[in-house]
Amino acid sequence: MKKYSVFAIAREAMRGHKGWEEQWSSPEPKKEYDVIIVGAGGHGLATAYYLATVHGITNVAVLEKGWLGGGNTGRNTTIIRSNYLYDESAGIYDHALKLWDGLSQELNYNVMYSARGVMMLAHNVHDIQVLKRHVHANRLNGIDNEWLTPEQAKEFCPPLNISKQARYPVVGAALQRRGGTARHDAVAWGYARGASARGVHIIQNCEVTGVKRAANGAVTGVDTTRGFIGAKKVGVVAAGHSSVIMNMAGVRMPLESYPLQALVSEPVKPVVPCVIMSNTVHAYISQSDKGELVIGAGTDQYVSYSQTGGLHILQHTLDAICEMFPIFTRMKMLRSWGGIVDVTPDRSPILAKTPVPGLYVNCGWGTGGFKATPGSGHVFAHTIAKDDPHPINAPFTIERFRTGRLIDEAAAAAVAH
Amino acid sequence: MLLIRCPYCEEERPELEFRNAGEAHIARSANIAGESDDDFEKFFFIRSNPKGVIHERWRHMHGCARFFNAVRDTVTDKFIMTYKAGEPKPAKLPGVAK
Repeated sequence: MKKYSVFAIAREAMRGHKGWEEQWSSPEPKKEYDVIIVGAGGHGLATAYYLATVHGITNVAVLEKGWLGGGNTGRNTTIIRSNYLYDESAGIYDHALKLWDGLSQELNYNVMYSARGVMMLAHNVHDIQVLKRHVHANRLNGIDNEWLTPEQAKEFCPPLNISKQARYPVVGAALQRRGGTARHDAVAWGYARGASARGVHIIQNCEVTGVKRAANGAVTGVDTTRGFIGAKKVGVVAAGHSSVIMNMAGVRMPLESYPLQALVSEPVKPVVPCVIMSNTVHAYISQSDKGELVIGAGTDQYVSYSQTGGLHILQHTLDAICEMFPIFTRMKMLRSWGGIVDVTPDRSPILAKTPVPGLYVNCGWGTGGFKATPGSGHVFAHTIAKDDPHPINAPFTIERFRTGRLIDEAAAAAVAH
Repeated sequence: MLLIRCPYCEEERPELEFRNAGEAHIARSANIAGESDDDFEKFFFIRSNPKGVIHERWRHMHGCARFFNAVRDTVTDKFIMTYKAGEPKPAKLPGVAK
């Protein structure tokens, strides 16, 4: 792997940019690997990357039925934050946030992580109580989150309307300054490049059609559209399709898959300097470096794998955005799209060993997995390499739905993705 | 937006009038306190989440307000049929092979 640097740009400028190499190779699948990762999205590629860099396991294949980063990694709204309520969530989301800081240097790839701040608005006394509870819980866990008056919120985010006459007046806000955004595609590409350079095989257009198990129940490999590929360890990181893959291994999951839509406006000059969320008005918005307003909608109400959703869901979201920011009422929306998100009953992920020996699963990130990409990959690689969960992901078992030890983040995950 | 046929109103109405109420044909135990942890997990949390034909409950909230069941393809989002609550799972689906 040739290092990207200012000297590389200068060198290539001198010779007509003919020396840039492919960012990752596309080898033919081998008969057998030490580890197979199902799904080449951000989480799967990060897992492969950390298997190689932290644990020295490089005989790894990442199988992808479509193209790399073409699922939810390329469909989310790129928000990064760690202001979740419970200790377990604080542990895993802040582990990720610490890795975001410095990720571009680590990968030698600009993931454009921008700690521009995530501001959550309060509109009534209940919002104040809930958000202040989050602020205090976060600070006890060493996570930055501070309470702002409406005037302070306006100073941090000038387009905010703090008039008392507004339909949903802003009566305060919680601000996580380390929160922000990153370039979603670059995260997948950066991890793919880093993993490929260390010998990981990334195999696109290779759909897993079955999971093979030995007489003792242990995993022996996977059937794919490109033939059988053997491995003693298989990690399923398939987002909306996780329960489909797990069913192939005979494991039924506490998951339901829903369409989640998002949309962007035409690009305009910088106007929204941070990420703004309102759980009450049910909307959130940020602005990409290209200038588009990035707006996330809610999920549709029914199980679907169609990667689309109802128009009324988008209309509802835009209604809410216009309530919060009347200046955007004449903005034109450029495009909208949908992704399929796998939602657990307690809105927390599952990163764990499974009842099947050699089968591991990293799923259930629901509507908000992008922010966790580095941390998720890091601890999932540990879980696979050691056949034992990292202390950070130890609470995120499948068994918690039997024991009742849930991590109920429905409030923190309701709107803000 | 989906167009959904309510089997009670016998009319196709827009999705906005309806609420999805999750997977159908999941029977609650008559003795819920006596359920084992395993069986309670299956009843309460585990879902089939199929890629393909799903049996699901809908409620015609802004219409007759009654619950009914539907069979739908989760890949195309097309409804195969709807039927009244309490009726058994249809053995044969119209227009579906096997």
